Amino acid sequence: MTENSKKPRIVVLNTRAANVHSVEKALRKVGADPIVTSDPAELETADAAVLPGVGASDAVMTALKNLDMLEPIKEFAASGKPLLCVCVGLQVLFESSEEGELPGLGLVDGNVQLIPNGMTDELGSAMKVPHMGWNEVQFTDDETERNPMFKGIPQGSHFYFVHSYRCVPDQQAEIAASTNYGVEICAAVARGNVVGTQFHPEKSGDVGLQIYKNFLDLASTTANN
Amino acid sequence: MLTRRVIPCLDVDNGRVVKGVSFVDIRDAGDPAELAALYNAEGADELVFLDITASSDARNTMIDVVEKVSSEVFIPLTVGGGIRSVDNMRQMLEAGADKVAVNSAAVTNPQLIEDCAKEFGAQCVVLAMDVKRVEDPIIRNFDEYGSVPSEAIFQIVTHGGRRPTAFEAVKWARFATDLGAGELLVTSMDADGQKTGYDNELLSVISDAITVPVIASGGAGELDHFYDALTVGKADAVLAASLFHFGELRVSEVKSHLAERGIPVREV
Repeated sequence: MTENSKKPRIVVLNTRAANVHSVEKALRKVGADPIVTSDPAELETADAAVLPGVGASDAVMTALKNLDMLEPIKEFAASGKPLLCVCVGLQVLFESSEEGELPGLGLVDGNVQLIPNGMTDELGSAMKVPHMGWNEVQFTDDETERNPMFKGIPQGSHFYFVHSYRCVPDQQAEIAASTNYGVEICAAVARGNVVGTQFHPEKSGDVGLQIYKNFLDLASTTANN
Repeated sequence: MLTRRVIPCLDVDNGRVVKGVSFVDIRDAGDPAELAALYNAEGADELVFLDITASSDARNTMIDVVEKVSSEVFIPLTVGGGIRSVDNMRQMLEAGADKVAVNSAAVTNPQLIEDCAKEFGAQCVVLAMDVKRVEDPIIRNFDEYGSVPSEAIFQIVTHGGRRPTAFEAVKWARFATDLGAGELLVTSMDADGQKTGYDNELLSVISDAITVPVIASGGAGELDHFYDALTVGKADAVLAASLFHFGELRVSEVKSHLAERGIPVREV
């Protein structure tokens, strides 16, 4: 960002069921000035938006419906502006989830399935569900081919995960990164301006902050075009 | 592969970090945010803050600590100590904690675990259990939670180990996870402060009995103790306080040692 550039309006959608505060703090740490709101009208003037998520997918979908956010989020996704969705925020982008009854936003083709239980890892330990902790992430593409949200992050970096369900996109090409937990787990989805991470970048140390920094850079580009 | 976590624990009294041996002889040793940043730089995978402030009107001091640390350090934070209600838990989560540990209040009122899990999700609720080996236990609860290994009699204690309860540790662990505890922080009061190693027998019977992650606590004194807790004790994470706090071992040393012995750890 140059000194004369306009500071982007970044909106963090508060569904009251998410760790919005952690996302807000991470954005502040990288120099953004986020607006945390439950008012979908804020999306109309936003340069970029974050949909955080913690908890159950039905709780998030119910909150989005009650707050009249469903259509505004879809419109925002269609606007081409950066939209970052985290954890359950990623899962509700899909058409359906084994976790709940309610349909998802349907912005990404595919569904969300329970991580299989009862496997053991290479140390002979039970692989517990939820998948909780730091796991190694492999990006599908090399640095040069990658979605700009994931620039500057070394292959094999560790990110922090907490989830019991995994996203299964219909289009393999939309899997931007993956990790292994007995089965392959989709760690990130990228469909142009709509990017989601299964891990929590706001809890993944320096590599996580790099994602928020990339997001801020994209938001600045949007704001100044 | 999912890495095993190394977790420094910081005991906080009136906004300052302290730690003593077996909960007595406490020494003041620093600013929580600075220590958190140091541990983060050394590769800590998570931090636990335990509020040991006696008076409940000092609770807001802890909220400030969590607020400050979570604005500077971007790894998972667990906060415990004196959490008695859903509202207490909400305050900590809103201040920036990712998980909240309940201990004595859950023993008095197990419903608290279920209420918190329903409100915030099981992933936010850590059951901290303080355990003592006893020869002649008075165990009367949770018969429907099955048998316990006869050679291992573990009793839940509260109030820093001073108050015995009628709860047996393995059954309590099963009961609490059924209610919605998403992780267990298991402290051996016999091993705590002794530096002779974790109680791996305790850890492994608990790990075998439940399906949520177990954090080993109490007794670490040397590098192999961490390895043993993760292998013999089947723990998912290892926690230590004074050892790190007084610089006897560094977080980075523990992680290098574990990596050398074939345990997957996160490199920083």
